[in-house]
Amino acid sequence: MKNSVQNLQLPESIPVSLNVNGQQHNLSLQPWVSLLDTLREHLHLTGTKKGCDHGQCGACTVLVDGKRINSCLTMAVMKEGSEIVTIEGIAHGDTLHPLQQAFIEHDAFQCGYCTPGQICSAIGLMNEGKANTLDDVKELMSGNICRCGAYTHINEAIMQVKEQEAEAAILLKNTEASGLHEVSERDETSVPGAPAREAELVTEAEGGASHE
Amino acid sequence: MNSFSYIRAADPAEAVSQLAQQSNGKFVAGGTNLFDLMKENIEQPPYVIDINRLDLARIEPLPQGGLRLGALVTNADTAWNELVEQNYPLLSKAILAGASPQLRNMATNGGNPLQRTRCYYFYDHATPCNKREPGTGCSALNGFNRIHAILGTSEHCIATHPSDMCVALRALGARVNIKGVNGERTIDFADLHRLPGDAPHLDNNLEHGDLITSIDLPEKQFKTNVAYLKLRDRQSYAFALVSVAVALEMNGDQILEARVALGGVAHKPWRDEAAEEQLKGQPATADHFKAFADTVLSGAIGYGHNTFKIELAKRAIVRALTTAAAQSVEEPSSQPLV
Repeated sequence: MKNSVQNLQLPESIPVSLNVNGQQHNLSLQPWVSLLDTLREHLHLTGTKKGCDHGQCGACTVLVDGKRINSCLTMAVMKEGSEIVTIEGIAHGDTLHPLQQAFIEHDAFQCGYCTPGQICSAIGLMNEGKANTLDDVKELMSGNICRCGAYTHINEAIMQVKEQEAEAAILLKNTEASGLHEVSERDETSVPGAPAREAELVTEAEGGASHE
Repeated sequence: MNSFSYIRAADPAEAVSQLAQQSNGKFVAGGTNLFDLMKENIEQPPYVIDINRLDLARIEPLPQGGLRLGALVTNADTAWNELVEQNYPLLSKAILAGASPQLRNMATNGGNPLQRTRCYYFYDHATPCNKREPGTGCSALNGFNRIHAILGTSEHCIATHPSDMCVALRALGARVNIKGVNGERTIDFADLHRLPGDAPHLDNNLEHGDLITSIDLPEKQFKTNVAYLKLRDRQSYAFALVSVAVALEMNGDQILEARVALGGVAHKPWRDEAAEEQLKGQPATADHFKAFADTVLSGAIGYGHNTFKIELAKRAIVRALTTAAAQSVEEPSSQPLV
């Protein structure tokens, strides 16, 4: 021990304001508190999981200003003023996010510990718009480890939602071309952390699927 | 983790002067490596200066040609920047071969070159390590050294530099803009990192208080005949055992200029400019590539568990050169994502 207990002086707590799942939180945190620990221990949002705490497993993945990051590897004080979306913030009331629904339909988990990180990571992947094929999805989901080995089903779930999105985009294009603008009335269902337009597409995809 | 004070810098001058006042302080940008090393008590900075509010997050064309990559642009935004993808595809490929999407969303261009080695012994307080505690010895020399260096090593350290991005920057001949206590300066990327010698605790040639403000890519772009080959223990999200960045300028089948940088084999991205001369004016054939690879690896030393890397590096060089030479302007989109 370099410091005896009586010499140990803790640095001042720092005011940090974070918008988490649409709700403003004004916190006072020591600088070493990770964003992950802030979510779990200070805000009691325990959906985000601590796996390795070293950025190697992806269980702690959340969206910060729409981008997926490892919340274990960032100090919360660095994210002052940011908008954060966790697994608790992606459903709309009782309506699951399309990826949550697809994970259930495809049996894309066993123990479920990695699932919140997998789903937040997949939302980030959708936002990025760089994954076009199954191989792309595999590569761009490689930051999320699944110890149960549910990768095949996870990839299928993501591919399904991607295809729903693509179909919805065509539908939207046709709707716009025919001069109908019903889609814009569904803005209240927009997904936090996702661009508004993508949220529309996802919503439309759900509607499309239910008619089959 | 030790206790530390957190300071948020408003501009580069303030950041540099704040760090200069704190002899053991550190800048933090993405924090992906620093925060992790702090959790392991390998880094114990009493002061951490957050530079994320600095105005260094842009990618801009340079008036004389070339591209300036702001130090705070994330690795992901750099790899997927339109100008980088079009004009410096080698850099995009190398960045996308490294880490995970989440880490690339955090890690910055200024921070990536300053990440530290992933040598197991560097991370393990129970074992001697000259990089972590100078003078204690190198546990990797006679230990399990499968991931360690084969070129430019010393009896004091056989650690490797873990970056993929830096291998491409070395091949492209990037330059690093630095703001320090005594003003601004620019150095060749080749001179940023150093070999371990008898001071392996020093990863690079920066001085305390130095802040990387941007990295400049040169006017010469290498748009077509490029390849980044990364060989590792799993297909994704692992550090390189050997990686090769190749940029060729071709005239038909003839090589006008060849740039070949290696990752995973030395304390810095490795390049042998003298050996590259032997490819100039030659046809792009396996025989020439093999002779070149033999020259590059002629000084390599294996330490037991990593001896396989010598032959692996030679074969990787031949394969990456072959791939790069076979690229043609007509079908750049047929290349895989990474």
